[in-house]
Amino acid sequence: MKIIVLMKQVANKDAVLRIAGDEKWINEADVAQQTNESDGYALEEALRTVEAKDEGEVVVCTLGPQGAKSVIKDALARGAHRAIHIIVEDSKSLSSFQIAKTISEAIRDEKADLIFTGLQSDDASYGQTGVILAELLGIPHATIVIEVDRASLGDTLRVKRELESGWYQWFTYKLPALFTIQSGISQIRYASLKGIMAAKSKPVSEVTPNIEPFASAPKIEKVYMPLKTKQTQMLGNGDAKAGAVELVEKLRSEVRVI
Amino acid sequence: MSILVFIEHKNCVLNKTSLEAVAAAQSIGKDLGRGVTAVLPCDKDCSLAQEIAGFALEKVIVAKNEKLGAYTPDAYSDAWEQVIKAANPQYVVMSHTYQVRDFAPKLAARFEREVVGDCIRYASNAGKLSLTRRIFLGKLDADVTLNGEGPYFITFQSGAFRGDAAERGSAPVETMDVEVGEIRMTPEDPFQEAKASVDLTKSEIIVAVGRGIKSQENIAVAQQLADALGADLAASRPICDSDWLPIDRQIGSSGQTVAPKVYIALGISGAIQHIVGMKNSGTIVAVNKDAEAPIFDIADYGIVGDLFEAVPVMVEEINKAKA
Ligand SMILES: Cc1cc2nc3c(=O)[nH]c(=O)nc-3n(C[C@H](O)[C@H](O)[C@H](O)COP(=O)(O)OP(=O)(O)OC[C@H]3O[C@@H](n4cnc5c(N)ncnc54)[C@H](O)[C@@H]3O)c2cc1C
Ligand SMILES: Nc1ncnc2c1ncn2[C@@H]1O[C@H](COP(=O)(O)O)[C@@H](O)[C@H]1O
Repeated sequence: MKIIVLMKQVANKDAVLRIAGDEKWINEADVAQQTNESDGYALEEALRTVEAKDEGEVVVCTLGPQGAKSVIKDALARGAHRAIHIIVEDSKSLSSFQIAKTISEAIRDEKADLIFTGLQSDDASYGQTGVILAELLGIPHATIVIEVDRASLGDTLRVKRELESGWYQWFTYKLPALFTIQSGISQIRYASLKGIMAAKSKPVSEVTPNIEPFASAPKIEKVYMPLKTKQTQMLGNGDAKAGAVELVEKLRSEVRVI
Repeated sequence: MSILVFIEHKNCVLNKTSLEAVAAAQSIGKDLGRGVTAVLPCDKDCSLAQEIAGFALEKVIVAKNEKLGAYTPDAYSDAWEQVIKAANPQYVVMSHTYQVRDFAPKLAARFEREVVGDCIRYASNAGKLSLTRRIFLGKLDADVTLNGEGPYFITFQSGAFRGDAAERGSAPVETMDVEVGEIRMTPEDPFQEAKASVDLTKSEIIVAVGRGIKSQENIAVAQQLADALGADLAASRPICDSDWLPIDRQIGSSGQTVAPKVYIALGISGAIQHIVGMKNSGTIVAVNKDAEAPIFDIADYGIVGDLFEAVPVMVEEINKAKA
């Protein structure tokens, strides 16, 4: 059993974002980076699946600059067996089709039984890189997977998809297949000290791709702060306690719920 | 070369967000001088087709095959591929539902395209469209232009257009028999997890907690506020994922959709999947220590600061006011 997990490095969730001078993206250099949230869950699912089978390997694949090595190191420390780093310094300028195409070329010969990805990246939020990859590799996919029925694993695998408004649906897939994993599907393990030590000797292969221009790539013309849709009354002027006093007064006299 | 719009349904019962897509497609059609055709994949002569024919459309195409009864990404992609090859559209417009997220990127990839997804609005300049998408979890907007040749695949966020704005009219219905190849996944029946024991749609006041609450023990802080206000407690998804509150307290696209008189969001950033579940509330209050949190964009009252400082004072003041 071989499972490839796609993991992307993105700006830290809580970072203050500054728009770049050309207004086409943020200043990445300004912000702390982290592993995309749902990708952490994708890795956890992969590890648990291999552990349930008691055989096989988990291969992490990331496309990004040298700095994205921290994503790989962290994944290897948690238990992934090896990694493929597709080195692209200016990866944030690529469209999802270009990313999927480049990854497909780098992993096609691996012939993985399963590919797990996050369901959406927290920066570009294309929500489609995995699905495109599945199509390019000629394998079936499911998105927003919220449970993996590991007991069912054989030539097929049964997974639970999340639908809207509290509905769910089970599907059984022929393998190989690609699943995009929803956040919160399990408890993510921490890297142990032993894991961190072991990670140092795990293989990381570097790939330098040849990325062709993609005429149909949507182009970001301008990035800006969202326009406000409402006149918000800011209370307390940065003082939470004063704001609380003012708010209760508003709830009493204007909204009339007290 | 027209605009195709996807009509989503389950057993010929319309998913109403599709009318938002119809409104979007009609609006783009007007701006670009193109007609709009609706596409309905179905395993029979879909009874929904007549209803859709009552909108201002060039025509309604029922893409028909026995394998299109239950949704699968393989069958839907095959059906759509043939409709696109036959109709040769310039644009394909859909609502960004979970089903569309599932098959649209696969379909687009067959044409060596990608989806410009989850757009919140568009502008048209000299026959060219510019689409606006939210990025960085709602913290920033990006204006995006389309390049290369059509078809362009565009999906709009739920609420970006009003379904009741879809223009009425009368359109002919056409059936197109489509071929569907091997289907590599077997669906079971959709189901709901244990029926919700609390119905938050009836709540007058909701106090909702997000990841800013930090720990399960701290839920008590929010509970005190809820008690003082006679409010119900609700939460963002990560709180329910962590089992700090039961899943039937979750607000958002995968949880409940509510519109109470007052919605107080404590330590919730305001990701779109949360906002769609509460944006129609009468008065929205946000307490968040990040002045740039997107929740403030839709709040009527905002407090920038630590919820652990604000909430106890709120409780004290409410009790004083009530005394
Ligand atoms: C397909 C899909 C479906 C989803 N469905 C849902 C859904 O139904 N419902 C839902 O809620 N989410 C849903 N999500 C997840 C959603 O995208 C967000 O990840 C989630 O809503 C974030 O929750 P949060 O605001 O509590 O956490 P965060 O985004 O981490 O925000 C925490 C906030 O707390 C603030 N904060 C921290 N400490 C304090 C403090 N001491 N005082 C005040 N403020 C503080 C921070 O500034 C931050 O803004 C879905 C996502 C996807 C992709
Ligand atoms: N540069 C990348 N490197 C590795 N995985 C990626 C990359 N971009 C996207 N992915 C994967 O695809 C998923 C969806 O990303 P997106 O389509 O950008 O929303 C992510 O959660 C990752 O698992």
